[in-house]
Amino acid sequence: MKKKECVAMILAGGQGTRLQSLTYDIAKPAVFYGGKYRIIDFTLSNCTNSGIDTVGVLTQYEPHVLNDYIGIGSAWDLDRNFGGVSLLPPYMQSKGGDWYKGTADAIYQNIKYLDYYQPEHVLILSGDHIYKMDYARMLEFHQSSQADATISVIKVPLDEANRFGIMDTDEVGRIVDFEEKPSNPKNNLASMGVYIFRYDVLKDYLLSDASDPQSSHDFGKDIIPTMLKDEKQLMSYTFDGYWKDVGTIQSLWQANMDLLEDTTQLDLHEHTWRIYSNNPSLPAQLIGKSATVKNALIGEKCHIYGEVDHSVLFYGVDVAKDAVITDSIIMPNVSIGQGVRIHRAIVMEGSIIKDNSVIGNLSDDEEISVYVGSNKNKDPHYVTMMK
Amino acid sequence: MNRIAGIINLDQEIDNMNELTYFRCTGAVPFAARYRLIDFTISNMINANIDSIAIFARKKYRSLLDHLEQGKAWDLDRQHGGLFILPPDWNDPTDISKGELQHFHNNIDFIHRVQADYIIITGSQHICNIDMQDVLEEHIATKADVTVVYKNVDQLHPEHQFTNKLTLDNNNRVVEIDYEKENTQIYMNMYIMKKTALLNWIELSIEKGYSNLFNDAIIPNLSSLHVHGYEYSGTHAFIHSVESYYRNSMCLLNDDSYDGLFQTEAPILTKLKNEVPATYAKNSFVRRSMVANGCHIHGDVQNSILFRSVKVGEGAKIEDSIIMQRCEIAPDAVLKHVILDKECSISSGQVLIGTKENPFVVAKRQRL
Repeated sequence: MKKKECVAMILAGGQGTRLQSLTYDIAKPAVFYGGKYRIIDFTLSNCTNSGIDTVGVLTQYEPHVLNDYIGIGSAWDLDRNFGGVSLLPPYMQSKGGDWYKGTADAIYQNIKYLDYYQPEHVLILSGDHIYKMDYARMLEFHQSSQADATISVIKVPLDEANRFGIMDTDEVGRIVDFEEKPSNPKNNLASMGVYIFRYDVLKDYLLSDASDPQSSHDFGKDIIPTMLKDEKQLMSYTFDGYWKDVGTIQSLWQANMDLLEDTTQLDLHEHTWRIYSNNPSLPAQLIGKSATVKNALIGEKCHIYGEVDHSVLFYGVDVAKDAVITDSIIMPNVSIGQGVRIHRAIVMEGSIIKDNSVIGNLSDDEEISVYVGSNKNKDPHYVTMMK
Repeated sequence: MNRIAGIINLDQEIDNMNELTYFRCTGAVPFAARYRLIDFTISNMINANIDSIAIFARKKYRSLLDHLEQGKAWDLDRQHGGLFILPPDWNDPTDISKGELQHFHNNIDFIHRVQADYIIITGSQHICNIDMQDVLEEHIATKADVTVVYKNVDQLHPEHQFTNKLTLDNNNRVVEIDYEKENTQIYMNMYIMKKTALLNWIELSIEKGYSNLFNDAIIPNLSSLHVHGYEYSGTHAFIHSVESYYRNSMCLLNDDSYDGLFQTEAPILTKLKNEVPATYAKNSFVRRSMVANGCHIHGDVQNSILFRSVKVGEGAKIEDSIIMQRCEIAPDAVLKHVILDKECSISSGQVLIGTKENPFVVAKRQRL
């Protein structure tokens, strides 16, 4: 029987309630980002580029778009004879079945999947972070330090450290303490939610966690603290680069705008670390003779006759004459009428915006508006505003 | 539903494309910012549920093979049927066939085996978005032996003197096929007939020593055969020269031509490259242009077509030009009426000026 050195498990079942209408009917990892991508493209592409060819995607909340999008994984070269991508929703067993009750429980319920590949190590990932990371390097570090678990950390400003799970480490990077959102952080190393476990160790902890009725079945709250208590070898692996948890409307908007900076840390043009995505095959964009496009990312099959400044437009967006779009994200197949003004807004997929409408607050440079113009299940022209 | 199989014959295509076809066949010429000419024919076939497609290639097919792969971009990587790329490797000692018939003779197994009642045969140079099932319906309804597709063009251009012209009677039966100069009914090098009939014509043509099935076997028999003309009324371009390539490319900057060719219901598909959306810098200026994914624009671009991953430096001016994949234009370079083939790099301050009738063509991978 063949074995796998490392299998990745991507947690993609969360609702992402803080994204509000953006995740009304899709899972958070399926949310659009950067003019053509969905958030999960980053994690999947990182796996492929790191040489990890066996990836389980744990789904639960509104999985259909995600299922269709990932398919058999061909877009990420994950259509493999042995391994490849597998979508893992909760399922029924002879003794019954249950929803995933926490991050650790989701992995516990798929121990059979992991056993099938007999991996030496398991890489646990979140499907809702934007970053480019070589997991192979982290795995080498994990193996050479003979850790039971390695947690990837990123340096955050000390005054923001109370928003994260903070690792206290000794001089060689060994984790001595872990605090979830500490009020007086002793360190500035935040957990990125990227873990590598030795599978035999992880399996033991998952089994005992599952039989503990007091547990919330969460990696950060239960598994890691228990391992620390047992004095297991837990190492921190410091990641240096762009990393963003796009859990809120503000952070999702900001992460898109980051791509428009001249000196963006997230270089999507890098050919040695491509971000793959599963996109429709569309013709090139057409920029009309009355158009002005500056500081923007524009997707395929856009027809632009108006003005676009400091914005991200996904594929199939039509911008009519005299429309002005600033500081905004326009998701796929949106039609924008003449004289429309859009400022600091996220316009959802398929919206139709009538001539001369105004979306967003033109006199405010703090607010982000979300415009849902064509949701089948929702009142059309629904606008939320938030600070 | 009647089953059709497709044959795309790239042999004997008319090639006056100079630098553009030094290293590739006509079907592999890049077109419309992200396609190659053959994509239109293949996509038309896919949109008509034709899922067995043979490609007769004779020479310069390396980039074609690279482009088509196993046909995945067109959903042609099938368990059954799919894409058959058939370059010449002909070892039959009894082979007496000539010209185009060599392809038919040596690949006769494809025609025998393919599960189809009808075969549509075409080339790659007539760019169009045609419903081939509709062609077949008309073919069956008129009980024709052969149906040929034509376009009645509004205006005759120089390239049309190289195409056959059709003369039709009131029932659209073809009565004459020739090169008559003033005739606007352009034969689109596309015909359909029953598979059994095609097999007979192939056999007969080889026996008679013909070198082209359509020209030598069909055209001389218009009086005894029922050859029906199907009129295609959509966007059309015949591309055989640098001039026709340039002019027809530029037409796509008009909404009507673009929308006529790129329809949501009948999409044109091509190999995907996983490029970033086009990136416009703060001081870029782009007007009336077609821009593909992966481009990074700092300078001025007007009335031009940029293929995937073209870099335009600050202060560079590109006007009335076609810039193919992965070209790099350094700051302050000026290009007007220029066609840059793939992967060219133009150094800072360089000025290249062609004319509308005679665009300045730079062959693949040149540094100027």
